Amino acid sequence: MRYVSALRILGAVALTAVPAFASGGGGEIADPAHGWDVLWEHVLLDLFIIGGLFAVVAAYWLFKYRADSPTEVGTGPTLTRAQMFGWTLIPAFIFMADDFYLAANGWTLWNTYRTVPKDALEVKVTASMWSWSFEYDNGATSDVLKVPAGRPVVLRMTSEDVVHSFFLPKHRVKEDVMPGRVTYLWFYPKEAGKTYVTCTEFCGAQHAEMNADVEAIPAEEFNTWLASAGAKAAPAAAGEQPATAPGSAL
Amino acid sequence: MKEWIFTTDHKRVGILYLIGSMAAFAVAGIMALLMRAEQFNIGLGVASEPTQYNTWLYFHGAAMILGFLIPGLTGFAANYLIPLMIGAKDVAFPRLNALSLWLFWMGIVVALLTFVIPDAPDIMWTGYPPYSVKTAGNTAFYVFTVHLIGFSSILGAVNFLTTIIYMRAPGMGWMQMNVFVWSLFTGLIVQLVFVPVLAAAVTLLLFDKYLGTHFFDAAAGGDVLLYQNLFWFYSHPAVYVIFLPAMGLLFEIISTNAKNRPFNYNALIVGMCGIVLITGEVWVHHLYTSGMPDWIRIGQMVTTLMISVPVGVMVISLWGTLYKGAITFNTAMYYGVSCLFLLLLGGLTGIPLAMTALDLHLSETSFIHAHFHFIMGIFAAFVVFGSVYFYFPKMTGRMCNEALGKLSFWLNFIGVNVTFWPLFIIGVKYGMPRRYYDYARIPEAVPYHHVATFGAVLVALGITLMLVNWIYGAIKGPKAPENPWRSASLEWTHAASPPPHGNFPAPVTVSSDWTPYNYK
Repeated sequence: MRYVSALRILGAVALTAVPAFASGGGGEIADPAHGWDVLWEHVLLDLFIIGGLFAVVAAYWLFKYRADSPTEVGTGPTLTRAQMFGWTLIPAFIFMADDFYLAANGWTLWNTYRTVPKDALEVKVTASMWSWSFEYDNGATSDVLKVPAGRPVVLRMTSEDVVHSFFLPKHRVKEDVMPGRVTYLWFYPKEAGKTYVTCTEFCGAQHAEMNADVEAIPAEEFNTWLASAGAKAAPAAAGEQPATAPGSAL
Repeated sequence: MKEWIFTTDHKRVGILYLIGSMAAFAVAGIMALLMRAEQFNIGLGVASEPTQYNTWLYFHGAAMILGFLIPGLTGFAANYLIPLMIGAKDVAFPRLNALSLWLFWMGIVVALLTFVIPDAPDIMWTGYPPYSVKTAGNTAFYVFTVHLIGFSSILGAVNFLTTIIYMRAPGMGWMQMNVFVWSLFTGLIVQLVFVPVLAAAVTLLLFDKYLGTHFFDAAAGGDVLLYQNLFWFYSHPAVYVIFLPAMGLLFEIISTNAKNRPFNYNALIVGMCGIVLITGEVWVHHLYTSGMPDWIRIGQMVTTLMISVPVGVMVISLWGTLYKGAITFNTAMYYGVSCLFLLLLGGLTGIPLAMTALDLHLSETSFIHAHFHFIMGIFAAFVVFGSVYFYFPKMTGRMCNEALGKLSFWLNFIGVNVTFWPLFIIGVKYGMPRRYYDYARIPEAVPYHHVATFGAVLVALGITLMLVNWIYGAIKGPKAPENPWRSASLEWTHAASPPPHGNFPAPVTVSSDWTPYNYK
């Protein structure tokens, strides 16, 4: 039973060494990107503990049990039935405990990612080979995703041709965009700044170039821009001739 | 020459599988070098246009998985070793075996036509529609490659399962089989169940593209996600068709070189069977960002994480085999030990990917690229290389050069780490997407790509030296002793090196206390 008790101790150490998961974000809107960073660090620590433990044991045994003579044979233990079960079930339960711990924390963050805050700005996204286009409530369209800083943004996305994937590396979120379905994701641009969206589902020759600017601008500036872009789009939407040369309004 | 082409001897079939899969590996490896050269800097480099890069990428993935990893393990290793390990004269259906080899070689030839036909396939090894239907690329060649190699796999699976069930030496119980035989038994069940699903999926692709059906055409009532579900319903289990035999072979190498029987053999077998049970319930982790319903993404996060339970039991068994061993370090063991490290690295980096929420950033980045290269590509490839060194005296009756073997090992091992560690980092840090020939938005990633490309050159050098060692050893190597590693398994104790057609001089029987791991 020596091995069983040794394993028990190892298991207890492994479990207590993994710190409790602190919930991400203290503000009113939980930012999934922040939650991602926090969870990532915990998972990384978890992996380093497990990996480190196994690596050290392997390295030590490889050194300690190297053969002294070419005719030597190993003297590994023959297990009793109880030891067999012990060495199977106890590690299985430890791994399972860690799995459930990770799954629970992963699920919590998942709920943050998938629950769109109430006052989120909605933008329609259409993907096509190889560009992104964005359409706002008032009919304004743009090939730059302009959003107001400090307000969550939800994207309702579809594709005109093949499967694409909308990836915002800075906000640590992506979701596929495909013909015949509408998918969504939301992100939280807390402060004004520029980033980009890029395609991460293989879509042909220009797949690597299928990216667009994402600009978070102060709310007032955004409202002004949206109103003017909407006004330009309105006549076209009503079926009238655009006031300016075709294409220039976009 | 004729007796090799028309052979039904499982050992020759095995060696021909090895040659075919190494040829696929070499060409796919050259594609990898070209891609690393292209990614060396921002902007178009060695590729004349982006589609050329995409064709390299297609060939690299398809050839490495369908042409090297699966045939290397379930073709070469299975063919050469299974009948010898269970004390049989040959496989159950030798002519069926020859047919499966021919189909495999035809698959390789059709795959190589990529470089000859106009409009080569550019659809990745995954072939997702609607792109694969809309592209000007020749999707049919992808479909035919899958058909040929898939059919070859199905025939091989039927053959080996029958062989293992019915042709074991008199007296050999199930719990006296080599771990490799068990790993193949479980792996081939997975193969037999899931390969037809892939064949069906790509056939529908063929119908959509060339016969005008609309299975995957949303505008006509089809569904693009149907293909992804079918594809991964096969292709995740395919990972275990690679992983299980690789683990089995690794146990043979580690156990023999540590002169220790596999620790907790029974639990190890239960672990392998556990993988068979769980493998069909995890495919959605390839579709975490594909717009699947939330409930199934969460459900399969749990099943995916649960894979750590059977794998963990197998890992404990592997580690335990070292305990109180008498360990010797030859080239095969160098590969074996490095696989312990690769298993930890590749396996543990799969855990964040199993977590749906973390996958929203990590999927389709170079993090995932590095993860599956370590666990599926490099781990399994190193096992195949190690096993060639390990069984080299058996196959050829000659020895390889150990010094050259170890030198090329270090080049390979250092090379793969130098190549893929930077990709882990830029995947997390910058979200560097995979499958990009260019990355103008991420200039910070340039130095990392420089390092990765340098690593790939080291691997190329290591592989070249390894091949030189094998070819020279097979022709000019010193004569091998009958049982150079002092193995207790039947292929070493009861058969000559190399074994003649029919394998054993007299029918083999084993006693009830015999195991392939009774080292003396």
